[in-house]
Amino acid sequence: MSGLIMEMAAKALKLNIPLNVQLDLTYRCNERCIHCYLDHDDHGEMTTAEIKDLLDQMAIAGVFYLTLSGGEIMMRRDFFEILEHARLRTFCVKLKTNAVLIREKEAKQLRELGVEGVQISVYSHRAEVHDEITKMPGSFRQTMEAIRFLGQQGLHVTLANVLMTQNAGDYTGVKTMATELGATYTVDPTITPMMDGDRSILNLNVSHAQLQGVFRDEALVGNVEEFCAPPMSADEDALNMLPCSAGHTACYVSPYGDVYPCVQFPMACGNVRETKFADIWRDSPQLKEVRSITLRDMPTCSQCTHGSSCTRCPGLAFLEGNMRGPSYQDCQKSYARTGIPSENFKAKNAAPKPLQSVGLIQIQGLQPAVQDISNQAAEVAVAGV
Amino acid sequence: MKTKRYVARSKAIAARSLGDETMVMSAVNSTLFTLDEVASVIWESADGMTPLDEIVANKICTRFDIAPEVAMKDAETLVENLAGHGILLLSDRPLPRPGNARPENL
Repeated sequence: MSGLIMEMAAKALKLNIPLNVQLDLTYRCNERCIHCYLDHDDHGEMTTAEIKDLLDQMAIAGVFYLTLSGGEIMMRRDFFEILEHARLRTFCVKLKTNAVLIREKEAKQLRELGVEGVQISVYSHRAEVHDEITKMPGSFRQTMEAIRFLGQQGLHVTLANVLMTQNAGDYTGVKTMATELGATYTVDPTITPMMDGDRSILNLNVSHAQLQGVFRDEALVGNVEEFCAPPMSADEDALNMLPCSAGHTACYVSPYGDVYPCVQFPMACGNVRETKFADIWRDSPQLKEVRSITLRDMPTCSQCTHGSSCTRCPGLAFLEGNMRGPSYQDCQKSYARTGIPSENFKAKNAAPKPLQSVGLIQIQGLQPAVQDISNQAAEVAVAGV
Repeated sequence: MKTKRYVARSKAIAARSLGDETMVMSAVNSTLFTLDEVASVIWESADGMTPLDEIVANKICTRFDIAPEVAMKDAETLVENLAGHGILLLSDRPLPRPGNARPENL
C-alpha cells in the first residue's frame, strides 16, 4: 500500500470510517468452479432499489473503495444500473468477475462509467485446465476475449490466479499471459472452506512442496531471502497490532444484506434490511468485539515466533472455531515460507488431527468474504489556499 | 474587468470526504489526491455555476483567516492544478450541467 493510501487508511481507522466495502450483488454464477466457497442459489437477493439505497447509505458513511463482486456480477440484469448509481455516488469502483459475459459493448460501458479496475479469475494459460476448473466449456476463450475488449478500452485489468492441485504448475504461464495482455497479475495459493462450514474443498489445496515453490519464486515474491526470512518474535508494538482491516476500515455485505467484517469472516453483524448500514458499522457488538482484538489478545499467536510476520486471517481463524485463535492454513503458509513451524503447527503435529476434521462452527444462511484496497493508485497531496 | 471563472467537478473521478479532507481519485489514471480543508471547501463548491471569486469571497474568506487577494491567487493556482489533472473542469462560462460533475451530492 502506498504512503498516501496508508495515511488515508490510518485516518479512516481513527475516524471509524468504513473506507473499503465489498458488496456481493449475487451468488448466482454461470461457472461452477470446483473450489468455490459459495452455493449458487438465490435465497432472496436485495432488489435494485434496496441496493441503490444501500449505496446511498454507504456514501454517507464514508465508503470510498467499493468492490462489486459475486457470484458473477453480470448475472444481475440490473448490473449496469447499479454500477451507474455507484458512480453517481462517486465511489472508486472495482469489479471482480469471470468476464465471460463481457463483450465489446459491456467493456465500453465499463470504461464510460469509470470503473477503477476489473479483476478477472484466470486459472491457467491452458484452456482445457481453466475450463476443467470452471466446469464451463469455452469459458477460457470467452474470458480471454473479454480481457482483450477491456484492454482495448484502456481499463486496468488484473488476472487473479487461484492455485489448487489442478493448476499448481500453471502460474508462470498465467503470469506471462498477464504481461502479454498488459494486465496485472496476482496469485492466491490458498483454497478456503465453504461458508457453510464444509471443508471438503480444502483437499484441492496445493501441497507443501508446491507452496514452498511459490514462495521461493523470485518473479512472484521479489527478494526471496527477505520474503522467506526467519520470523522475529513480536515486540510490544507488534503485540498491539490490529490483525487486518476487517471490521476496522473494511467490511463485506452479502447479496441478502448481511454485513460481515470481511467476505472471508462470516460472523454476522447485522442486516441492512433491518438496520441502517451506518448503525451496524458503528454499533454492532460483533464488530466492536472484532475491533477490540490485538495480537496481545491471541493466546497462541502472541506466543508464536511468527506472531508479528504471520499473514493470519482472523476470518479463517473464526471458521476454525475461535477468532482469537490461530488459522491453521496460515500456520501452514508461515511454515512453507520460512521452514519454521508455528506454535499451533507444532501442537497440531504433536496431536495429529486432519485439517478437515478440525472442529467447526456451522453457519446457516451466511455467505463468504474478501477485502482489498486500491494499491494501483499514484498519489498527489494537494494543499488548498 | 477580470473574466469570471467557473469550476465544476469532473465525472471521471471518485471522491469522498474524510474528516476535514477530501480524497479524490482520477478515474482516468488512478492518481489519488487528498485535498486539505480549504481545498475541500472549493471542491465542494465547484458546482459549475458559482464563479470562483464568489466561492473564495463567500466560502473561504468568511471561514478562514486569509486576505482576499491571497486567497484568490491561491485558489486560482489550486483549480488550475486540479484542472491540469483532469479532475476539475475550468471555464470562463457557467457549466450548467457540469458534464460531468458529481450529479448528486451527498
